[in-house]
Amino acid sequence: MEKKIRILMAKPGLDGHDRGVKVVSRALRDAGFEVIYTGLRQSPEQIVTAAIEEDVDAIGLSLLSGAHNHLFPRVIELLKENNAEDIMVFGGGVIPEEDIPGLLEKGVAAIFTPGTPTSAIVQFLNERFG
Amino acid sequence: MSKKEWESSVLAKALAKRAERKPEFKTSSGTTIERLYTPEELENFDYEEKLGYPGEYPFTRGIQPTMYRGRFWTMRQYAGFATAEESNKRYKYLLEQGQTGLSVAFDLPTQIGYDSDDSMAAGEVGKVGVAIDSLADIETLFDGIPLDKVSTSMTINATAAILLAFYIVAAEKQGVSPDKLRGTIQNDILKEYAARGTYIFPPAPSMRLITNIFEYCSKEIPGWNTISISGYHIREAGSTAAQEIAFTLANGIAYVEAAIKAGLDVDDFAGRLSFFFNAHNDLFEEVAKFRAARRLWARIMKERFGAKKERSMMLRFHTQTAGSTLTAQQPDNNIIRVTIQTLAAVLGGTQSLHTNSRDEALALPTEDSVRIALRTQQIVAYESGVADTIDPLAGSYYIESLTDSLEKQALEYIAKIDEMGGAVKAIEQGYMQREIADSAYNYQMQVESGEKIVVGMNSFKIDNEKPPQLMRIDPEVGIRQSEKLRKLRETRNNAAAEACLAALEKAAGSENENLMPYILDCAREYCTIGEMCDVLRRAFGEYRPMEVI
Repeated sequence: MEKKIRILMAKPGLDGHDRGVKVVSRALRDAGFEVIYTGLRQSPEQIVTAAIEEDVDAIGLSLLSGAHNHLFPRVIELLKENNAEDIMVFGGGVIPEEDIPGLLEKGVAAIFTPGTPTSAIVQFLNERFG
Repeated sequence: MSKKEWESSVLAKALAKRAERKPEFKTSSGTTIERLYTPEELENFDYEEKLGYPGEYPFTRGIQPTMYRGRFWTMRQYAGFATAEESNKRYKYLLEQGQTGLSVAFDLPTQIGYDSDDSMAAGEVGKVGVAIDSLADIETLFDGIPLDKVSTSMTINATAAILLAFYIVAAEKQGVSPDKLRGTIQNDILKEYAARGTYIFPPAPSMRLITNIFEYCSKEIPGWNTISISGYHIREAGSTAAQEIAFTLANGIAYVEAAIKAGLDVDDFAGRLSFFFNAHNDLFEEVAKFRAARRLWARIMKERFGAKKERSMMLRFHTQTAGSTLTAQQPDNNIIRVTIQTLAAVLGGTQSLHTNSRDEALALPTEDSVRIALRTQQIVAYESGVADTIDPLAGSYYIESLTDSLEKQALEYIAKIDEMGGAVKAIEQGYMQREIADSAYNYQMQVESGEKIVVGMNSFKIDNEKPPQLMRIDPEVGIRQSEKLRKLRETRNNAAAEACLAALEKAAGSENENLMPYILDCAREYCTIGEMCDVLRRAFGEYRPMEVI
């Protein structure tokens, strides 16, 4: 049997909105991915440690508080510092269009904004890891 | 002709020619919606028992005898961002525009008990609300706003006791005594565990803080709403309408039980309990939801808790339109959604209302967007005529059937939660969280399959939308707040501050002490939220949730 792709779904920062991350987690699981959800209020350090320990292929960051420009790049930096930049990072939440190019430039693979169907995220991951 | 006869003759012929749009119509709560409601659905309907009169038990028709003929609901826009200085300007603007009450949004570090210069606060300072670190910020926030003239609602939960203490002391400094203060603190920790996420301490000490507030306020600030038991966030997290009222009232039952267990008399505090609900798009189900919630709570207070005062049985509530229904696509369409939701709240008899702005799926709202949202309420109030008679939808076969069915569904959930040992236990076992997550997932799948149409998002789309002008928070806010904190720690009486913190820590360790006076002492000496919460985190520990996906 082929090894399942492992995804860490994480809530960085202090934001408590977890409807989106839970829906996406469940949809990814239903689509055949192995999903680990960190729960709320994870520092970038905790997320990167968990990602390395769990040997995941990708990290999905969900944030609705507006702190994405600080927290998403920090996760990427820490992955690099730990020689784990092979772990792909994608994100979603309330993220203004104009912030997306900056985040992509810093190494986030994709940003999914409100209204995105979960099938689009599944398709993206299948293409990346297919 | 009976309904049956009509169905087999006139209707059958029409259906033979053309089927209906869908094989089955359902509400958000899964109730089947009949094609037609007639007197047959309301057989044996007892008006006095089910509805009664406005201002009278069971308050189905409203809590005041004149409702909006006396005065309109309070128009209260939730606002706060960046620093106290900037939010103070927004409040003054809103009051000039005819808003009748204030509602403060705090940033996440303030809500979770970290100072702006804490590493946990990095990137979050001033983002989703105003950053408050000490009494000094609250003094600035309400500068030039007389606190005996406005009522203020504060969306604050885990740190509610601290923010209330800041407010009381800021008022004292304006020369306003506590008995003149009117307002609300949200103070509803159970829904934080179940849906909103800004908890700090485990349930037992959190419930203690809440009953401490009930007790303190019943003596010192009789005009203060000590809690706003909130279904809003439960619904935003994805629940159905029936789950929204069931889980909210189950949490309400837990608070009443905790206060009675702490030795308070139900009629001494129950009159200051208030509620907070969501107004969604399904207009009729929402109106029925508000009416069912009023009737249910009145019965619970009278029959379960033996309340004697009518006031203790009245479910008074604030409403906010549903943020989760707003689309990032074609954001101007959100104005129409908010209008429908406003009608739901008003036809449901709300005491106050926040209307969301069109751009809130994208960012905090701009001043223009907030003005349109406020104008929406004003147009409904002054132009639509819906506020001119009380509970105008009462007696509709559909509305009364829906009200009954929501009440029944909610009672079934409450019975299930009772069996688990109450709301605290149900939350600790992840029951509410699981139910909410299931509903959220079902809804999402319906949207993705196209069974549910969201205009502009999964149909009626346009390509190449022009992005709207959004509000940006200055990224330097965190630096400015940290600078203010540094100065504060240099200029205050540090020995006195430390003595107050030590006293608070000692009191936290003995269960029978009411912590409010100690927190007030800390506030007066300009202790910060982070300092007070560090003390309480040491004494109480931190909540570690069970994660449910």
